[in-house]
Amino acid sequence: MMSSLGQPQSVLLLGGSSEIGLAIVDRYLAAGALRVVLAGRPSDRLTAAAERLATAGATVEVLPFDATELRSHGELVTRAFAGGDIDVAVLAFGVLGDQATAERELALAMEVVQTNYAAAVSVGLLVSQAMRAQGHGALVVLSSVAGERPRRSNFLYGSTKAGLDAFATGLGDSLLGSGVHVLVVRPGFVRGRMTEHLEPAPLSTTPEAVAVAVLAALRSQKQTVWVPGSLRFVMSALRHLPRPLFRRLPL
Amino acid sequence: MSDRRLLAGWGRTSPTSARLLPVGTAEDVSLAVQAAGPRGLVARGLGRSYGDAAQDAGGVVLDMTTLCRVHSFDHETGVVEADAGLSLHALMGMSLHEGWFVPVTPGTRFVTLGGAVAADIHGKNHHVDGSFGQHVLELSLVTADGGERRLSPADDLFWATVGGMGLTGVVTRVRLQLRAVETSRVTVDTERAADLDDVMDRMVRGDADYTYSVAWVDLLARGRATGRGVLTRGRHSRRDELPASADPLSFAPRASLRVPPIVPGGLLRRSTVAAFNEVWFRKAPRAARGQVQGLAGFFHPLDGVAGWNNVYGPRGFVQYQLVVPEKGVDAVRTAVTLLSAARTPSFLTVLKRFGPGNRGPLSFPMAGWTLALDLPTGVPGLAAVLDRLDELVLAAGGRVYLAKDARLPREHLPAMYPRLPEWRAVRDRVDPHHVFTSDLSRRLSL
Ligand SMILES: Cc1cc2nc3c(=O)[nH]c(=O)nc-3n(C[C@H](O)[C@H](O)[C@H](O)COP(=O)(O)OP(=O)(O)OC[C@H]3O[C@@H](n4cnc5c(N)ncnc54)[C@H](O)[C@@H]3O)c2cc1C
Ligand SMILES: NC(=O)c1ccc[n+]([C@@H]2O[C@H](COP(=O)([O-])OP(=O)(O)OC[C@H]3O[C@@H](n4cnc5c(N)ncnc54)[C@H](OP(=O)(O)O)[C@@H]3O)[C@@H](O)[C@H]2O)c1
Repeated sequence: MMSSLGQPQSVLLLGGSSEIGLAIVDRYLAAGALRVVLAGRPSDRLTAAAERLATAGATVEVLPFDATELRSHGELVTRAFAGGDIDVAVLAFGVLGDQATAERELALAMEVVQTNYAAAVSVGLLVSQAMRAQGHGALVVLSSVAGERPRRSNFLYGSTKAGLDAFATGLGDSLLGSGVHVLVVRPGFVRGRMTEHLEPAPLSTTPEAVAVAVLAALRSQKQTVWVPGSLRFVMSALRHLPRPLFRRLPL
Repeated sequence: MSDRRLLAGWGRTSPTSARLLPVGTAEDVSLAVQAAGPRGLVARGLGRSYGDAAQDAGGVVLDMTTLCRVHSFDHETGVVEADAGLSLHALMGMSLHEGWFVPVTPGTRFVTLGGAVAADIHGKNHHVDGSFGQHVLELSLVTADGGERRLSPADDLFWATVGGMGLTGVVTRVRLQLRAVETSRVTVDTERAADLDDVMDRMVRGDADYTYSVAWVDLLARGRATGRGVLTRGRHSRRDELPASADPLSFAPRASLRVPPIVPGGLLRRSTVAAFNEVWFRKAPRAARGQVQGLAGFFHPLDGVAGWNNVYGPRGFVQYQLVVPEKGVDAVRTAVTLLSAARTPSFLTVLKRFGPGNRGPLSFPMAGWTLALDLPTGVPGLAAVLDRLDELVLAAGGRVYLAKDARLPREHLPAMYPRLPEWRAVRDRVDPHHVFTSDLSRRLSL
């Protein structure tokens, strides 16, 4: 159960090796005892994350999970909730996908769509049903500012995040009064593994900063959070910029 | 699922959704218990516990307030038998005119008999009269098998139910010994004390002379005034202390102000609280003796302000109530110093000296000192301060009050309640599958 001060007893991380997701887990673990379920594709990184959390005192369970295998989601979510209530679930899996390649190779484009959107809808619905049944819980969905206005340089990724964002926002509204809280997170450029090959964009941030913002937003029952917070205003200005102008911005 | 409702405690911090089922008879209770699903069931009275005790996410919550008949009331002996959903407010309204008052009252009249038993509530008279369970002669309990049992203080299940937070079954009836009074007034002495040591010293020396004793402590006063406070102590007034024209047993408490459902952001900031505390302290006479007050004003000042828990704004507030044994008294001093230093704006900080505890393995009171704080959840660093208080309380051999808790880490429970195994043995005998489940029991693995 979530404590009155917003400390959960259990966290499910979907995308068990995600840097942002693990930063959220770390912050909760620093504040108290925690049961962690890491769902992810088996890899050294996933194993290392599990070992590190266990050493830090968490009770860790690892479940193999490939987001693109939609038919496995039902069983995965059942297993994730079998060990007891899940107080916070973080939907953190996602791929950036190289825009230029994806424009040429349909298979890559469809993998990005499948992972970031279709799989997120599938797991999002299943987790929200399980939380509705247990009568409480928080679902954190990692969207992106890239979804707010598509850019030439990565509109494929942007379009999947736009879809995910709309889905998660609507899901949150549908769950009002059910005891289940959905938080949509819109980070800007987060310096980390996913972006290490890119030049940091203005207002770039870190996984730790995203985690801090997520914890605060959950505590105050917010439904949307931008990281850094100033992006909210930047994006609301960019959204209304005429297209020819927006196209010419170095984004 | 559509008939589900969000339920929270009085602190409004941790709402979860459950089916709320009103019950009118013991048979209703029995049927509901037998039909309980995998998420279990728990009883709920008037929801005055601050934390997550009277809710069960995804399960069934029985609304006991519709089970509220009085079955018998003996004007000679003051023994009353009533349904568990009856409120102390309604009970007093009936019995005071006949010269009978409740044996123990918390800071609000709006609690049910069932809630009073389940939390084994204490009042300002704990040092002389003990807690609620000690005045219960018999009770009826619907257990997990759906059967209704009659229990007396000779049964271990009786004592597992007293303070058992609704986890042994549903109390359906309570047979209670009331207290004889000549009037519906209290004769009160008030004293200001310069600092915490002064407050405690006066309590140690003088409490035995009073039926009721409590001290309000100013947590925002610092330096030499750290822990300054106001003691109010009293006893039931005698007939001859009232003017001849007065109706000695009149009881018509006013319901006055109402706080709007949600105060944006909350009214309570540190500056407001500090100003309030200053006025409260100055307003109290340096020393006043023999003032005659109404019962409601003395025992239930907050009941005059309907919905007062809304002043804390949408994020609610936490109560933290600790008790430490006499030898651990330094923990109270350290706690007050810590809270003063952290500038936590506690608006209602109350210190009291308890008498001995009772046979209930989960009953909260023990001989020593209890300190209760009200804190808005938004205070930065609050979680760390309360974690620190847990450590202090543990080291001093004390505990926190489950009826007010929604944050205690579960690993602290066995040390704070060392008789937990004894309680579990009784509970597991009558409810092996843990049909009775609440958010509190889930959080603490009770
Ligand atoms: C302003 C204020 C002042 C207070 N002052 C004090 C005080 O001085 N001393 C003190 O001890 N407490 C105090 N309290 C706390 C309060 O007395 C207890 O929390 C009490 O249990 C509330 O009773 P309720 O009927 O509202 O029960 P609820 O809050 O609805 O339930 C409390 C617990 O009782 C169980 N329960 C309720 N009915 C039944 C039943 N029929 N059978 C089995 N279990 C049942 C519930 O499952 C739950 O575990 C105060 C609360 C407030 C709001
Ligand atoms: N980094 C940023 O700048 C940024 C900005 C805004 C939003 N976001 C979003 O934030 C989320 C987390 O990103 P991050 O920064 O933490 O990056 P990250 O460390 O690369 O995390 C991405 C995660 O997704 C997992 N994943 C990818 N495909 C998967 C699949 N098919 N099945 C299961 N898991 C899969 C990865 O697992 P593997 O280890 O198996 O690959 C990894 O755990 C993503 O949704 C991302 O889109 C990131």
